[in-house]
Amino acid sequence: MTAADLSDERLRQATGLRGSASALVDRVRAGELGMVPVVAGLLVICVVLQILNPIFLSSTNLVNLLMECVPVGVIALGIVCVLLVGQIDLSVGSISGLSAAIMAILFVKDGWPAWLAVLVALVAGCAIGVLYAEIFNRVGIPTFVITLAGLLSFLGLQLKALGAIGSVNLPFDSGLVEFAQLKFVPPWLSYVLVLLAAAWLFVVGFLHAAKRRTADLSARSTRFLLIRSGVLAVGLGLAAWYLNRTRGIGWMFVLFVALALILHYALTSTKWGKAVYAVGGNVEAARRAGINVRLVYTSVFAICTTLAAFGGVLGAARLAAANQASGGGDVNLNAIAAAVIGGTSLFGGRGTAFAAVLGVLVIQAISSGLTLLSLDSSYRFFVTGVVLLLAVGVDSLARRTRTSHGRA
Amino acid sequence: MATLQLSGISKSFGAVAALTEVDLSVDAGQVVAIVGDNGAGKSTLVKVLSGVYAPDAGTIGFEGREVTIPGPAAAHRLGIATVFQDLALCENLNVIENLFLGQELGPFRLDDVAMEVRSWELLRQLSAKLPTVRLPVAALSGGQRQTVAIARSLLGDPKIIILDEPTAALGVAQTAEVLNLIDRLRENGHGVIMISHNMADVRAVADQVVVLRLGRNNGVFDARSTSSEQIVAAITGLEDNVVSQRAARVEGADQ
Ligand SMILES: Nc1ncnc2c1ncn2[C@@H]1O[C@H](COP(=O)(O)OP(=O)(O)OP(=O)(O)O)[C@@H](O)[C@H]1O
Ligand SMILES: [Mg+2]
Repeated sequence: MTAADLSDERLRQATGLRGSASALVDRVRAGELGMVPVVAGLLVICVVLQILNPIFLSSTNLVNLLMECVPVGVIALGIVCVLLVGQIDLSVGSISGLSAAIMAILFVKDGWPAWLAVLVALVAGCAIGVLYAEIFNRVGIPTFVITLAGLLSFLGLQLKALGAIGSVNLPFDSGLVEFAQLKFVPPWLSYVLVLLAAAWLFVVGFLHAAKRRTADLSARSTRFLLIRSGVLAVGLGLAAWYLNRTRGIGWMFVLFVALALILHYALTSTKWGKAVYAVGGNVEAARRAGINVRLVYTSVFAICTTLAAFGGVLGAARLAAANQASGGGDVNLNAIAAAVIGGTSLFGGRGTAFAAVLGVLVIQAISSGLTLLSLDSSYRFFVTGVVLLLAVGVDSLARRTRTSHGRA
Repeated sequence: MATLQLSGISKSFGAVAALTEVDLSVDAGQVVAIVGDNGAGKSTLVKVLSGVYAPDAGTIGFEGREVTIPGPAAAHRLGIATVFQDLALCENLNVIENLFLGQELGPFRLDDVAMEVRSWELLRQLSAKLPTVRLPVAALSGGQRQTVAIARSLLGDPKIIILDEPTAALGVAQTAEVLNLIDRLRENGHGVIMISHNMADVRAVADQVVVLRLGRNNGVFDARSTSSEQIVAAITGLEDNVVSQRAARVEGADQ
């Protein structure tokens, strides 16, 4: 007997391990590329950079690369949310710079405890997002313009706040700086975490499959779940082993991954997440389904700017300073590019939290590789631009394929 | 006491008066068909009832109380469910997600298994021909989408169900199924408002036919005892209209 959801005769039966594999191939053929292009792109970039400079894939460099990508990656997580509802925030760089300045001034100059200084910076970031959403909801100015105004205004505020001094150094022995530069997961703990992750993935998958079977629906086979968890454990285990040959995995990177997982859960498994995708897909339909569209915009912008502020704090901690250049330069564009390179659609309704993680890895790999080749930032900008164009090009082609395969 | 009682509803879009002092009443266990030409104001009336537009004037009574319907969520809470003419589905979401949009089970930990089971129940009830419910709605045919939209309105056992041209894109079997469904809804004591251009469908299921013409009431007819010609005359506003002329011509040619 076939499961209740597979009884239509037009549905090609795809059960068991082989079924799962052929379903994946089908999806890629139909343009449902998901993570495939960005992972492939990342591999190509790594191979090319490794050939150009053998230090690139060294343990030391990868440890460093992972730490470097956290501040921009955290900001990119927020950008993913905003893009999902079909809006944009161009001011995340300025907000991160401003929050770095607020945190540094309160912490160093006014002698506040670090956690309180960070909290105030985050609240300030959150308030900016709520303000953006209020303006958008009430006045209806496009967010492109609102956040462009924010970009300029908050940059001004940051410069004003840092004023005469222009830069505030964080003491090297402060917890913040130590966290961002020196705190690494002990090797044994990293392997425990890897095993826990694999076990967790299996248990969740198994319980879910059991529940589906009881409800007479098709479910993933236990063999598939075991192999999936096994592959994850081996993959992550090898990566951890390689990184542990030098300093290992920074706690800051673990924090980034944890944030990405939380956001992934919120987007895929909560009512709020479905509302976000619905607003991005068809605002009018979402409104008629009784979703409070304004509240969705407000929550999304608040999350985006809070994460931008958090990224700014982490960036300052990593640098051990907040200065007039914090959050300036390429932070803004890198964060947006990371979300898009990872596969988040600019038109709303498509993308995942992992897009930010993969996207920022690509950007950071390019940046690190070109620095190792002693090429200055002019090359980095150029190459990042080309990669962005390629990524969006792949996405647009995939969209066409999707339309013709009925998955648009 | 009618479940739903509209009186003197008016709504304009700028200079266009889409509705002028429209009255309508629907009882529990009653099927009311609203008919009228293109642009007569049928969909606008539906949107007033489902909280999409606020009326400029007039009152809405629901189960004996006077109510306002400030938004779609308010309509859901009252127990008014609507299938819109444009369906209002999210193309990027799959069938289950669309069915439960805004009414998901388990807000902080979605119960996708329960939702999938319920989705299949609803879709089977409508004899839906869907290969899978995990496809994005963009991949469905027009009729399949309409079925999804109708199934969505049945979630949560509403008191009044409004169907704006529910069978326009449906195949023969699915149309019959929707008409059967309307019969069943009536038997279960739901009030149904159905909008249709198809006189045969209207006379097959409706108890009462309300005619709108240029945004105004133009007669209420008993569906059993009124002929199609009389209804068409009320829709077009002419005894001697293009429909009757054509009918006469065809008859003349036959003889
Ligand atoms: N959003 C709107 N803005 C301006 N005018 C509108 C709007 N919606 C409807 N109208 C106008 O209101 C009138 C009634 O439109 P409505 O959609 O209610 O017609 P209808 O009876 O549903 O027609 P149909 O049979 O074609 O679906 C039309 O003249 C239309 O132009
Ligand atoms: Mg209409």
